[in-house]
Amino acid sequence: MNLNRALALSLALLLGACEQTPEPRKSYAGLGRDAAAFLQVERGRALQFPADHGAHTGYRIEWWYITANLTDEQGRDWGAQWTLFRSALRPGPEVPGWNSPNLWMGHAALSGPYGHQFSEALARGGIGQAGVEAQPFLAWIDDWSLQGVPGQGLQQLQMQASGKDFRYRLQLRSDGPLVLHGNQGYSVKSGQGQASWYYSQPFYRVRGEIEREGQHYPVTGLAWLDREWSSQPLTAEQHGWDWFSLHLEGGAGLMLFQVRQTGAEPYRAGTWINADGQAESLRSDQIQLSEQAWTVQENGRKVPTRWQVRVPDHKVDVQVEATQAHAWMGTSFPYWEGPVRISGSHGGRGYLEMTGY
Amino acid sequence: MGMLRISLLALLSHWRRHPLQFCSILTGLWLATALWTGVQALNNQARADYARAGALLASAAQAQLVARQGERFDQAAHVQLRRSGWPVSPILEGRLSIAGKEPSTLRLLGIEPLTLPREASIAGQLTTGFDLDGFIGPPGQAWIAPDTLLRLGLKAGEQPLSGDGQRLPPLQVQAQLAPGVIVVDIGHAQTLLRAPGQLSRLLLPKAFAALAPPLPVELAAILRLQASTDTDDLQRLTDSFHLNLTALGMLAFVVGLFIVHAAIGLALEQRRGLLRTLRACGVSLSGLIGALTLELGLFALLGGLAGVISGYLLASLLLPDVAASLRGLYGAQVAGQLSLSPQWGLAGLAISLLGAFLAGCSSLLRTMRLPLLALAQPQAWRLAQGVWLRRQVLLAIVLVVLAMACWWFGDSLLSAFVMVTAVLLTAALLLPALLDAALAVLTRFSRGPLTQWFIADSRQQLPALALALMALLLALAASVGVGSMTEGFRRTFVGWLDQRLSADLYVTPRDTPQALEISAWLSGQPGVDAVLPNWRVDTRLQGWPVQLQGIADHPSYRQHWPLLEQRSDAWTQLAAGQGAMLSEQLARRLKLGLDDDLLLPTDQTEQHLTIVGLYADYGNSKGHVLVDANWLRRYWREARVSTLNLRMAPARVPELKAALEQRYGLDSSRVVDQSSLKRWSTEVFDRTFAATAALNSLTLGVAGVALFISLLTLGQSRLGQLAPLWALGVGRASLVWLCLGQTLMLALLTVLLAIPLGLLLAWCLVAVVNVQAFGWRLPLHVFAGQLLQLGLLGLLTSLLAAAGPLWQLARRQPAELLRQFADEP
Repeated sequence: MNLNRALALSLALLLGACEQTPEPRKSYAGLGRDAAAFLQVERGRALQFPADHGAHTGYRIEWWYITANLTDEQGRDWGAQWTLFRSALRPGPEVPGWNSPNLWMGHAALSGPYGHQFSEALARGGIGQAGVEAQPFLAWIDDWSLQGVPGQGLQQLQMQASGKDFRYRLQLRSDGPLVLHGNQGYSVKSGQGQASWYYSQPFYRVRGEIEREGQHYPVTGLAWLDREWSSQPLTAEQHGWDWFSLHLEGGAGLMLFQVRQTGAEPYRAGTWINADGQAESLRSDQIQLSEQAWTVQENGRKVPTRWQVRVPDHKVDVQVEATQAHAWMGTSFPYWEGPVRISGSHGGRGYLEMTGY
Repeated sequence: MGMLRISLLALLSHWRRHPLQFCSILTGLWLATALWTGVQALNNQARADYARAGALLASAAQAQLVARQGERFDQAAHVQLRRSGWPVSPILEGRLSIAGKEPSTLRLLGIEPLTLPREASIAGQLTTGFDLDGFIGPPGQAWIAPDTLLRLGLKAGEQPLSGDGQRLPPLQVQAQLAPGVIVVDIGHAQTLLRAPGQLSRLLLPKAFAALAPPLPVELAAILRLQASTDTDDLQRLTDSFHLNLTALGMLAFVVGLFIVHAAIGLALEQRRGLLRTLRACGVSLSGLIGALTLELGLFALLGGLAGVISGYLLASLLLPDVAASLRGLYGAQVAGQLSLSPQWGLAGLAISLLGAFLAGCSSLLRTMRLPLLALAQPQAWRLAQGVWLRRQVLLAIVLVVLAMACWWFGDSLLSAFVMVTAVLLTAALLLPALLDAALAVLTRFSRGPLTQWFIADSRQQLPALALALMALLLALAASVGVGSMTEGFRRTFVGWLDQRLSADLYVTPRDTPQALEISAWLSGQPGVDAVLPNWRVDTRLQGWPVQLQGIADHPSYRQHWPLLEQRSDAWTQLAAGQGAMLSEQLARRLKLGLDDDLLLPTDQTEQHLTIVGLYADYGNSKGHVLVDANWLRRYWREARVSTLNLRMAPARVPELKAALEQRYGLDSSRVVDQSSLKRWSTEVFDRTFAATAALNSLTLGVAGVALFISLLTLGQSRLGQLAPLWALGVGRASLVWLCLGQTLMLALLTVLLAIPLGLLLAWCLVAVVNVQAFGWRLPLHVFAGQLLQLGLLGLLTSLLAAAGPLWQLARRQPAELLRQFADEP
C-alpha cells in the first residue's frame, strides 16, 4: 500500500542514495524516534477541501500520486506515473530557507510497448525548488508539475514530467466526486491500528501527448489520483505490500491492497467505487488475492506480474496482468509499478504496485 | 650452484675483515636512497593532495555557473533554473577563520547533497553510508580531513567557534577530503559565512553542460557558464617547484653514488688476490661475476631499506616547510602529514638497486677484464688512469657543447636542468685533470726532496681520491650556487616588497557591494588619505590563468609600483585606458615586450592595449596585468573589488582596523596592516627555501662522508708509500702532518675550483632555471662572506674526513711500517 511504501521511501532518502534496500527493522527503528512529536492521524476529523489538497506539514509523510492508463492512436497500451512525496526530517512547521524540515522526492515513469523508463528528482524544502499549493492547486518539483485551474480544486489538472529519453504532458479532467477511503478518509493500515488520511480521485479522463526517444504519440485514457498523509510507520513484521487501482469496464473502480507480514496472513483492505462515486469499504475477508505468474526483473528479483483477484460480494473474479512485465523502478528505494490489463468477470485497466521483493 | 655459494661466502668474508668498507658502501646507498626517496615522498604527497583537492567539487574540472558581477548571487536564480529543468546544484564557499589558540583560516564549502551531480561527489563520500539527516542537521556535520583536524589541534565531534563567534556543526573526519577544507551543508554555510540566501556557484553535470543550453534571458544577465577545463592548474603551476626539488634530490643521489662507487672500487682493489685465487681454484668468470652481482644486490637491498625508512623520516621533517611554501606560493593545500603508498617504498628499493648497479658496474667490468697474474700497483693504476683522464676530458668537451646548446636553443625547464647538469658534470670530469695540472705546475716550483715528494705523492693519490673530490666539488658548488641564488633572491624580494606593499592597510571585502559600502564609509573617516579599490577579473590568456587588476589613477602607484621597464608616459597611458602593464613572467610566457600590442578577449569583443610597462611579480604563479579600473569595468561586467588599499596615518591603523572588523563583521584575515603582510610574505619566502637549504647541507654532508671513506681506504694502502719515508728518518708525527697537508692542499684546490663553478651555477639558476621555472630573472649577487664561509666549511669537512684515517696512521706501530719492506717481493 502506498503509505507504507512512502514511509520506506522516506527512509531511503534519510539513508541517502544507497543502492540496496534498507533493512526494514533497522529503518523503522530509525523512524521511530520522536515519532510522537509529529501530528497523529486521529479519527473524527472531517477533511476540508481545497485546504487538504495542500501540504500537511507537521505530519511525517505525505504524497500526491497519479497513475494513468493511456492508449495511443495505434491502440497500444501505455502507462504514466507522476508522484511527489514530502517527508519531514523532524516535527514542526515549514520554515523558509535551508533549515526547512521537509525533503521532497518526485518519481516519474512511462511504460509502453518500448519498455519502461523512470526518473527521480530530489529537493530540499524551504527554498521553492519543490512544494504544493492548495489554491489554485499546484504541486511541483524542478520542472515537473501538477497544475490545477483556479476554483476547480483537483477536477482539472495538467500533469507533466520528463526523464532521460521520455516526457509527457497530459490534461486530466474529472466530473466525478472525490472518494474518501476507510471511514470518511480515515484509513486503517494494519490490525494494530496504524492509519492514514487517504482519499482518491479515480475518475479522470486523460488527453495529451507522450514522447519517447524523440517520437511523439498523442494519447487518451484514464487516470487515478491518490492523496495520503500520516506519521506512523509500518510494524516491524510487515515487509512488503501489493496495491491495485483498477478501472473496471462500466465505470466502477476498485482499490485493493495487502500488506505481507511475517508469521501472519497478509492484512488486506480495499474500496469498491460505483460509477457514480458511491464508495464501500472492503474488509480483509471480502478480498482474495493470489499470484499466478512471476517475472525476473533486471536486478534479479522475482516479482508476481499476473494475479488472480476475487471480490465475491461484487462478483469480481478477474486476472490482472502487467502490460509491461519489467516495470521496475530502480529509484533510491526500488519497487515495481506499472499498468495492468484486467480480464475475466470484468474487463478493464489499472495500475499495480509491489514492494518488498 | 654450490660453486656460487662458495664464491659468495669467500667474497663476503672480506667484509668481516673490513667492516668499515662494508659500512661505507651501505652508508652511500643509504644516504643516496634516503635523499632521493625523501624528495620523492614530498612530491608524491603534494601531488596526491592536489588530486584530493581536484576531486573536491568546484574544481576547474567541473562545469559551473558563476556570477557575472561580484562573487555571489541570490539563490532565487538556483530555484528558477531548477524549475526550468536545469540540473544545477548550489555551492557557497568562502574563507572561515576558526578561533583557537592558533587562529587559522580555512576554506568553507557549503554543498547541497540532494542535487549534487554524481560525478562531483566529494571524494566518494556521498556514495556509501551517507547520513543525510545527520549532515543537514541540526546540528549538522562539518567534514574535515584528519590532517586539517590535527593542524587545528581539535578533535572529532568538537564544535569550534568561528572567528566571529559562531559555533560550527560537530567536526566529522573524512579521510579522503582535501586538506584545509571544511565541508558543511549549504544552510550552515550561509549562516557561518553570514550570507543568507546567497550562493557562489552552481555546478552542472558534465553531460548537461556538454549540450551548452542557453541560459534563460533574465538569468543570462546575472550568471555566466564557466566551461570545465581538463587541465589541472594546480598541477601545472606547481610543476616547476617539484622539478626543482627533484633536481636537488637527484644531485644528492648522485653524490651518494660517488661514495658507493669509491668504496666498491676499493674493495675490488683489495680483493684482487682473492678473485685471482678463486679463478685459479676453478671458479668460472661468469660464476664470479654472478657472485659479485649478488653481493651488490644484497648491499642495495640493505641500503635501500634503510634509505626508504630514513627517506620517510626526512620527508616528514621537511613536509611542514614544503607545505607552507606551497600554500604561500600557489595557494595549494598540502597536508602536514605523510601518507604514502607501498609503491613509493618499492620505487625507493628499485632506485637503490639501480644506483648500486650503476656504481658497481665499472668494478664488475674491471673484474671481467682482470688479468689473472697482474699485480695491484698504485703507480700502474695511475698510469692507466692517464688514459681515463684523457677520455674524461673528451667527454667534458662534449658536455660543454651540450650545455652551450641548451643555453642557446633551450626554452624549457628541462633544458635548463640539462644545462646545469652538463655544467656540473663537466666540472667534475675536468677536476682530476685540473688538479693534476695544478700539481704539475707546483712541482716545478717545489724545492727540496720532501716538498717534491709531497707534491708527487699527492699526484699519485689523485686517482683514488678523484671521485671523493668530485663529490666535494659538486656539493660545494651547489651550496655556493643555491646560496647565492637564495640570498640574492631574498634581497631582491624584500626590496620589492618594501616598495610594492606601500599601502598602510589592506581590506579584503566579502563582495563588491560591501567593498563600495566600506569605501564610502572610509572616505569620511579622519586620517584616511586615500581609499584605492583594486578591481579584479580572472581570465585566461593562451590557456594560462591570468589576473587582470584594474587600479585607480593615483600618484601612489607612480611612486610605489616598481617597474622593470617602462615607457616615459606609462602611467598616463594606463590611466587613459590605452596602455597595460604586464608582470615579467606573463610577458615572457606570451613572448611580448614593451610597446607590443596586448590582445584581451572580453565577453563580447577583443580589446587591444599597448604594453607600456613591465614589473616584477615575485611569488605569483599566475599571470598579472595592470589596467585602468574604469576601462576594466567598462569591458568586464563581472569585475569585482578584490581588495581596498588604504593610505592613511600609520598611527591610526590599529584603531581603524578594529573599527572595520567590528562594523562590517570582517575577521582579522580580511583586514591586514602593512607590516603583518610583509612579515607573512617574508615568512613564506623563508619557508620556501628552508627545504632547499636543508637538502643542500645534507648533500655537503654526504660529500664529506665520501671523502672520509676514500681517505680511510686510501690510508690502508698508503703504508707502502709512507714506510720508506719513515725509514729515511721522517717521524710518525711529521708523516701525519704531511698527509694532513696533502689532503688539505687537494681540498683547498677543489674549493678554489668550486667557487667559480658555484658562481657559474648561481648564474645558471637566476638567469636560466628561474626564468624557465617561475618566469622571473633575478640580478646575480656575489656574497664574498658567504663564499668564504662555504670555502672554510669545505676545508673543515675535509679536515674532519681526514682526521680519522690520520689518527689511525699516527697510532700505527713501527713494526707495521717495517713489515712493508718484508712484504716486498
